[in-house]
Amino acid sequence: MSASRPMSASPMSASPMNASPVRANAIWRIAAAVALLAVVAAVPLTSNVTLVHVGVFVLMYVGMAVSWNIFSGFSGYISLGYAVFFGSGLYTVAIFSKHLNLTGSTVFAFLPVGAVVAGVIAIPVGLIALRVRRHTFVVITIAIFFIFQLMAYNFGFTGGSAGILPPYLNWDPNTFNNPFYYIALIVAVGSMVLAWGIWGSRFGLQLRAIRDDEDRARGLGVKTMRVKLIAFVISALIAGVLGGLYFYFQQEALPEFAFNPFLDLTIALMVFVGGFGTLWGPVFGALLLEPYLGYAQLQISNSYVSEIVLGGLFLFVILVLPRGILPTAREKLTALRAGQQRRSAAKGASPPSGMTASAVQAGSGSPSTGSMR
Amino acid sequence: MTLLRAEGICKAFGGVQALRDCSIDVEEGSIAGLIGPNGSGKTTLFNMITGYGRVDSGDVYLNEKKITNLPPDKVFALGIGRTFQLTRVFHRLTVMENMIVAAHHKERSGQQGSGRSLNPFARAGGPATRKRAMELLEFTGIAKLAGDRAETLSYGQRKLLELSYVMIADPEIILLDEPAGGVNPTLIGTIADRIRELNKQGTTFLIVEHNMEFVMGLCDRVTVLDFGCPVVTGPPDVIRNDHRVLDAYLGTAEEDDDSSAA
Amino acid sequence: MGSRLFQALADGVLGGGVYGLMAVGLTLIFGVLDIINIAQGILVILGSYLSYVLWAHLHIDVFLGLLITIPLMFVLGVAIQWFFIRPLRGRERTSMSLLASYSVAIIIEGLLYQVFGSNYQSIQTKYFTNTIKVFGYYIPYIYLYGFGLAVLFVAAVYYMLYRTQFGRSVRATMQDQTAARLIGIDVNRVAALTFGIGVAVTAAGGMVYGSINSFSPNSGADLISRLLAIIILGGMGSIVGALGAAVIMITLESLVDVFWNPNWSVVVFYAVLVLVLVFRPQGILGRKEARAQ
Repeated sequence: MSASRPMSASPMSASPMNASPVRANAIWRIAAAVALLAVVAAVPLTSNVTLVHVGVFVLMYVGMAVSWNIFSGFSGYISLGYAVFFGSGLYTVAIFSKHLNLTGSTVFAFLPVGAVVAGVIAIPVGLIALRVRRHTFVVITIAIFFIFQLMAYNFGFTGGSAGILPPYLNWDPNTFNNPFYYIALIVAVGSMVLAWGIWGSRFGLQLRAIRDDEDRARGLGVKTMRVKLIAFVISALIAGVLGGLYFYFQQEALPEFAFNPFLDLTIALMVFVGGFGTLWGPVFGALLLEPYLGYAQLQISNSYVSEIVLGGLFLFVILVLPRGILPTAREKLTALRAGQQRRSAAKGASPPSGMTASAVQAGSGSPSTGSMR
Repeated sequence: MTLLRAEGICKAFGGVQALRDCSIDVEEGSIAGLIGPNGSGKTTLFNMITGYGRVDSGDVYLNEKKITNLPPDKVFALGIGRTFQLTRVFHRLTVMENMIVAAHHKERSGQQGSGRSLNPFARAGGPATRKRAMELLEFTGIAKLAGDRAETLSYGQRKLLELSYVMIADPEIILLDEPAGGVNPTLIGTIADRIRELNKQGTTFLIVEHNMEFVMGLCDRVTVLDFGCPVVTGPPDVIRNDHRVLDAYLGTAEEDDDSSAA
Repeated sequence: MGSRLFQALADGVLGGGVYGLMAVGLTLIFGVLDIINIAQGILVILGSYLSYVLWAHLHIDVFLGLLITIPLMFVLGVAIQWFFIRPLRGRERTSMSLLASYSVAIIIEGLLYQVFGSNYQSIQTKYFTNTIKVFGYYIPYIYLYGFGLAVLFVAAVYYMLYRTQFGRSVRATMQDQTAARLIGIDVNRVAALTFGIGVAVTAAGGMVYGSINSFSPNSGADLISRLLAIIILGGMGSIVGALGAAVIMITLESLVDVFWNPNWSVVVFYAVLVLVLVFRPQGILGRKEARAQ
């Protein structure tokens, strides 16, 4: 009755016959990841400025999608207020750079400041917003977003509707994009590593339990408010860094761009396309969509069409692929393998009795830790 | 010795008096049953005991310590486990992960040497926790599903999972809300066996059920609830033949009714 | 000072009535379908544009035009629910339907931009230019008629809910979908029709809104934010709450507008919302829900 079938990545795979395939598997994965990283890091060396430019956006969106998902995807609380922290980080860096007259590489030294400010803002915002039910929560994030946008328009120190301009960066236009590329890359990779670390941790497990049944989780002793708030702040920190980066990259701090309502929608779309709440879905979604969206933005000067396309795409994903591409693909693969297993089992011994269906599903080849890696 | 005691619980929802002066006590080491027609207040009583709602009046005592109106997590931490009529499992998490979540506060208090650390990013579930989890899963017979997501489990398997993860916290007493409800007959037998076995090892049970065979075959003592009030308490044979129980279920007591109270 | 106060109050109460009308549709949809229709704001604007077209190009009186726009919007509402909301299943339908309605909203917004451009329009009718003098302040007729229309519609909704067979099914569905199904109520039909009704009232709201303010496709976003704030404050699913909150909030905004600073009047709106939620997450008339989702 107990598990005799090796579950390759399960916590109980202690038997020696599993050790080498698991380790070999892991080594291949790490090698592939490193190779991929090397390729991506080498892009700026191609001297193709447009490519690097697009690359910066793609990497930024990967970072944003992953960090958005760390909170919204894992906890199930859809937030449409990511832009609040993005914009806060952006304006923080902008204000510092204007008052301290930053130039050269010192501009990047202030990115962490943007992150910290965004994170600090996230605490009271989270404490207020996280006390309500999920759909009220979305609305509150929208309300807070509008408050921040309005503040940006009306406060003096944000420059009002004229915004803030960055100091002139006297850099070679051929390599201007490169530092941004590398920083975006670091943030993107860092976010992914963070997400991966959170996923398997006690903290991450509790967060995911909250998504499934928050009241039950609380009843079992999980400190739900604390867990949600920590994830919320983590997400905000990364948003702050990327916002600050964006300020120098786009060379402006304007209320409608720093606090852009479409940012959250775009991020949410990417995450949903890839697989909401999964580990790699956001990466996949961002990599899939941003090149197109970025290109379309450049080509189609009429942004109203892109609005329609965005909305249409979102509807399509929600209605047709509600779980996203990665989980749906994985399900199809599992079902396929289960079918094969059933066929080969029918030829050989009789299938396991009693809990047949799930045993067959458990017998499928996919590493069934249940995590959507 | 009385382990769990509820005294004079009153609870109303709007105009409906769900519990009126309801008292019950459960002996340590026993398996107590709680039966009654639909709407008699059984689940409400469970909710009051386990903190899913506040009593209007009355008190609950665990080991003679007052625990009235404590929130569910505190009640759980004090050693009262509870399952639900409609099983509540974390459906996207694996069976093993469900177990680990429930073991959380045991890990926090450092029991079982389960590798608790201050680092919140530490791996979920230390080796001791996982070992204990597997033991329990093997005991309830769903160990081979440890790596499967809870949503793939059948209804009966979910009941076993709920029982397992409630057990991992080593509760003194477990409140089971309709453990046999909607489960196929073979599995019901398994569940009853497991309860008996756990009881032998020291866990007390209070079980709400509609399945009379299940209750009568398993429980030492049965309390019958009707309209939020306990009507009669006693061993199964006595209850089975008491006319007040028939009244409660059927509304009238007629001489030629058969003795089954269901 | 007195007349300024009266002006602010008049604007607030009368305007609040109109906002209340739009909010009632939103809260009704939430109460029955358990979803937040983010598209409500842009649908109001669509109503404004429809009234505008009928008035500007076909010279139809705006109130008469309602006879066309209301059924039109009703059908649109039913269609949106039927094609984009109803197919959503699974545990997270609420969040998904929110995103679905958001998508519909931006599609409609994009289409409006395409057709009408980004310039501001307004419906300049005699109802706006003709005024009646009350307490030293001139109130355009449209305010009064708009308020009256709002009262009429809310009364109609109430009548529907409490005096008709259909209304009974709606209330039953609001309380417990499964139970409603069990007693033979076609929940799908109720959902579709309720959504249609919720959207149909936006036709009236849009006409009044467009007769008072100038609007562009951009106005939808601001509108929905306010409507959402209103229904949360009033308690989601509560019709009385929506009305009350609308009047209170718009009056408050109007007071800030007149006596303090117009730039900040909108912020006050959201700030009050946040404040209330700190102390009372379920809104003023909302019920405390223990559900996890």
